[in-house]
Amino acid sequence: MAAPMSGVGKPSVTSFQKKTRSKLISIAGTRPSVQNGQLLVSTGVTSLDYLLGGGLAVGTVLLIEEDRYDSYSRMILKYFLAEGVVCRHELFVAAAQDNPDDILQELPAPILDDIAIHKPAEQPRLSSEPQESLDAMKIAWRYQNLPKVQSALASSCRFGHYYDVSKTMEPEIRQAAKFHRFYVPEHPTQSSPTHSTMPESYSALLKSLQEVIHREGFDLAAPMSNSRNILRIGLHSLGSALWGDDLCCHDNPKNGHSLTTFLYGLRALLRSSLSVAVVTVPSHLIQDRALMGSITRLCDNAIALESFKGSERETNPLYKDYHGLLYVRQIPHLNCLASKLPDHKDLAFKLKRKQFTIERLHLPPDLSETVSRVSRGELSGAAAVASACGSVTSGNKHLDF
Amino acid sequence: MFTELNSILNASPDTITQGEFILISDRKSDASFLIHHFLTFYLKGCQLITGQRKRSAGLPGGTERVAVCFESSRNQHRESSGPRRRSHGLPQRSCRRPEEPLRVRSVQFEQFQGSDGAEEWGPPVLLVDDLSVLLSLGVSVGAVLDFSHYCRVTVCSQLKGNVAMLARCDGEEEEDDGDDEGSERLLKGLTHQCSLTLHVQGLPTGYCRDIHGQVEVCWRRRRQCEGKYTQKKLFQYKVHDKGASFFAPGTSSAVL
Repeated sequence: MAAPMSGVGKPSVTSFQKKTRSKLISIAGTRPSVQNGQLLVSTGVTSLDYLLGGGLAVGTVLLIEEDRYDSYSRMILKYFLAEGVVCRHELFVAAAQDNPDDILQELPAPILDDIAIHKPAEQPRLSSEPQESLDAMKIAWRYQNLPKVQSALASSCRFGHYYDVSKTMEPEIRQAAKFHRFYVPEHPTQSSPTHSTMPESYSALLKSLQEVIHREGFDLAAPMSNSRNILRIGLHSLGSALWGDDLCCHDNPKNGHSLTTFLYGLRALLRSSLSVAVVTVPSHLIQDRALMGSITRLCDNAIALESFKGSERETNPLYKDYHGLLYVRQIPHLNCLASKLPDHKDLAFKLKRKQFTIERLHLPPDLSETVSRVSRGELSGAAAVASACGSVTSGNKHLDF
Repeated sequence: MFTELNSILNASPDTITQGEFILISDRKSDASFLIHHFLTFYLKGCQLITGQRKRSAGLPGGTERVAVCFESSRNQHRESSGPRRRSHGLPQRSCRRPEEPLRVRSVQFEQFQGSDGAEEWGPPVLLVDDLSVLLSLGVSVGAVLDFSHYCRVTVCSQLKGNVAMLARCDGEEEEDDGDDEGSERLLKGLTHQCSLTLHVQGLPTGYCRDIHGQVEVCWRRRRQCEGKYTQKKLFQYKVHDKGASFFAPGTSSAVL
């Protein structure tokens, strides 16, 4: 993992080894988890960080099952990349549908009240501030000569930022970030006679990732220098037909195991490097539930989004405060036995201008005498599954009250 | 190692029965805590070989784990500490055809057995974290069953060691849509080969915060004089940070 424990094997006087003896590298934009000591990065959405147990652990994969029109999953991917820009991590974006440059153009603007972003034009502007604000600051005239407060330490100790969705990120901030891209139409696939288990695009993507990780020094095997950085990998819409995969097109796909093989290789790459990946998959197009189950098990964190757009729930007054439902399918248990799935299974999300909130679904009070309330079981969906450590209850037939 | 599970299974690290093939399976839940139990259990006295799935779950208590990355061409090999314990990772080659890696593994496995004759070790133990990953990588069910058969023959019969394997399955038991046919067949085939089965699933009444699920323990003993007999017991469990507690149904600490 990202923070190797170096305790075992060294001769020591006592058998008691302090946990902090391990060499934890401090990288901007990360923090160690309070639960298990893993290095965490923020996903860009603070409520999602909370759901995942503080953040996304370095070396793990977050799988997002897309909503029907790929609007909110794309938004979360953009939040993730924007967070990488703000924390000065490196980015790797792979897409088949849109050019990765276009995805980068659309990143939301961070809300920068108290964050210092290095801008060369900042210094001369400060001197001109007092003249302009002479008329404005009539009351607080003693403060007009003080420079504006910019806490320079904020970017390193602030974990998780907020973004304004109505504006796009300014080009200066965006160009400060190092960015690698993989766009499928640029890598033409030769119809290969070799019987590889994955389509060409997946193997090309894996090779490209491996090369970037090795070249830029994200490998854990590389000598530890003082300045390490995290690579944030965003893979958009894997498994869709544009990647050359027929997983979503047929009931019995010919290369049914291509995506799972790719995810296995991706996880191997991530475990041995300082990187995090967010993968979105159009799961509503995949008919085979068992295949979706094995895809979920090969990723560490998995959430699914279901938006109300286009469905009858959009006009349902019970859902008027929210844009969709969010399901947490899987949380990994790192360095402990039990995974901390959220207790509440009925989570809903709402995309506001300055925040993507995920909260527990609350039904509005039933004020009318004639309206009959839709039962809770129907609201949460019919496809409920009983499982050991958490899912919506479906065992109504066993309970007779 | 979970002491309650040891007393349920009538096993202790000092006296390990040999030639056991243990199948751990789960349906829509996560039985990996049982792998942790068997790992720590066998680390106390046996020579340990672990294989396959690269997991990030470390072990509390300072024991190290050997993990082998199946698809990548890197061989990660870590020796565990302590004079009595030795772990080996199975080196693998990048595979082109799905049937190859399992045969290669079986062959390397046998080669590995012959290499260490110099020191005094206990009987070997093979732990396979997740057989279902092999299925999701495209290996056929027949090949996986053959592999488990070869492992059993080599480790249990020839070397008088133990094998523990984890197989996971997703679908409901009653449905037979053909969706999850591969892992169902694998599970059925393995159940007939093993001497001890631990099957983990969720509670039939749904999600509960204090009881994480139920374990069905099934012994299949073959006695020469009496023939085969099976004994089944059902327990409920709850997984904590550093352990798991097992109790009879209805006797959870949350209820009593």
